[in-house]
Amino acid sequence: MPKVTYVAIDGSRCTIDAAVGDSVMATAVRNGVPGIVGECGGNMSCATCHVYVDAEFAGPVGPPNDLEDAMLDLGVSDRRETSRLSCQIALTDELDGLIVETPEEQS
Amino acid sequence: MNGGVLVVGASQAGVQLGVSLRDKGYVGPVTLIGAETRPPYRRPPLSKAFLAGAVDDTALDLRTPEFYAARQIDIWPGERVVKLHLSTANPRGSGVALTDRGCTHVFDRLALAVGARPRRLDVPGADLDGVAYLRTADDAAHLRDRLAAAHDVVVIGGGFIGLEVASVARSQGKTVTVVEVVDRLLARAVAPVVSEFYREAHTRRGTDVRLGTGVAAITGTGRVTGVLLDDGTRLAAELVLVGVGAMPRTELAEQLGLECAGGIVVDGRARTSERSVVAAGDCTVMPNPLTGAGRVRLESMPGAISQARTAAAALIDAPPSPPEVPWFWSDQYDLKLQIAGVADGYDDVEVRGDPGAERFSVRYYRNGRLLAVNAVNSAREYLVVRKELSDQRRLGGLGDEELLGA
Repeated sequence: MPKVTYVAIDGSRCTIDAAVGDSVMATAVRNGVPGIVGECGGNMSCATCHVYVDAEFAGPVGPPNDLEDAMLDLGVSDRRETSRLSCQIALTDELDGLIVETPEEQS
Repeated sequence: MNGGVLVVGASQAGVQLGVSLRDKGYVGPVTLIGAETRPPYRRPPLSKAFLAGAVDDTALDLRTPEFYAARQIDIWPGERVVKLHLSTANPRGSGVALTDRGCTHVFDRLALAVGARPRRLDVPGADLDGVAYLRTADDAAHLRDRLAAAHDVVVIGGGFIGLEVASVARSQGKTVTVVEVVDRLLARAVAPVVSEFYREAHTRRGTDVRLGTGVAAITGTGRVTGVLLDDGTRLAAELVLVGVGAMPRTELAEQLGLECAGGIVVDGRARTSERSVVAAGDCTVMPNPLTGAGRVRLESMPGAISQARTAAAALIDAPPSPPEVPWFWSDQYDLKLQIAGVADGYDDVEVRGDPGAERFSVRYYRNGRLLAVNAVNSAREYLVVRKELSDQRRLGGLGDEELLGA
């Protein structure tokens, strides 16, 4: 079971045992991690699951596709280089220990 | 005062109501009574990824049991509220609910999030084995199993549910016919140019789309073997999916004497005609969230969430958050339709991009004012319009008071 750690803007951390195949967003929402809304359920329509991927994991997680790129451009405030929509990050054993930061606000 | 808030219905709107009550600091008891036996789940995937077998059961769960426990949101699944009594004395809005298991539950305040049921097809043979509807996870699991064994599939109704199911069935190599009684697809939701696009898109992928055609009967002995159309055509079918709309569940509201008109009538703050009782989700008709005028039934997951938040605020006299721009989506094959705004009452449309290339958008206007967008594989255009509508709402001179009908 890959572990994923969510770091809030105030520095508080929340680590969850996730299931392989679940998204970083779904894992957060089902467990009530603050800072991730995921309103559309992973459909790339709401941009309320924005996270900053920890630099160490930027490589393995990879870049957004075109549609997600558009969502990040237009749908989130304060996009940075490591911005991703967490609904588009599927957890794998390779991503065990993943750390993501949640932004100050979701769109 | 210790009965707390009773939410009747434990789906998207009901759960959001409970969560929002806690988010807004409500500390009294929160109880959700829902007729379905499985824990609260997401419905949108039922006609999409779940039906296609791409996601399993657990991926549907809205929240973990630990989540509800930690927030002291008490859920009674598999139990249906059959009778409600509302007190007219102080405290206003309190009352008692009776369930089909004979349990009673005392409440201080009441919220109705009872949803809708599929409209039934009223033709001979409609009760044959192999005639399916799609509303619940059980319906979807049943449909998925039946689909695996079927060769010829007839979809009755060219709305979102029908077309999404047709897409999944056709992608699995089934012979698929869509029968729609009016002369275009998605007629209640989109402009003719978008209807025509979907007719062509489904036809290109090998589905037989029959418009302006009614169903005379479903045929078979015990099990479905075919569908007889009103033009005399006989279609073979081992599986018939009926997607002809949903009927809001208004029985409990009517029992309480609440105003209903094609749904439980609520104001912009999700309050019913008895102001102490709120309602949210598919069971309601509400003023257009962008204009505050008229009555619309949004029938969407984002609409349910937004309205449930509003309802929670009204229950505890918290300031309402500004209404959100309604949005919606539909996945059919590789076509992602995203809708923002409400197009009701449009007098003009503007097409951008190329429908032939399956990448385009349609903007809806009334008196030159932008109302809504339908974007097919055009996420940027969807987002641009959504933002514009959001700004327009903020800057357009409509105060929240006016918008909320307060």
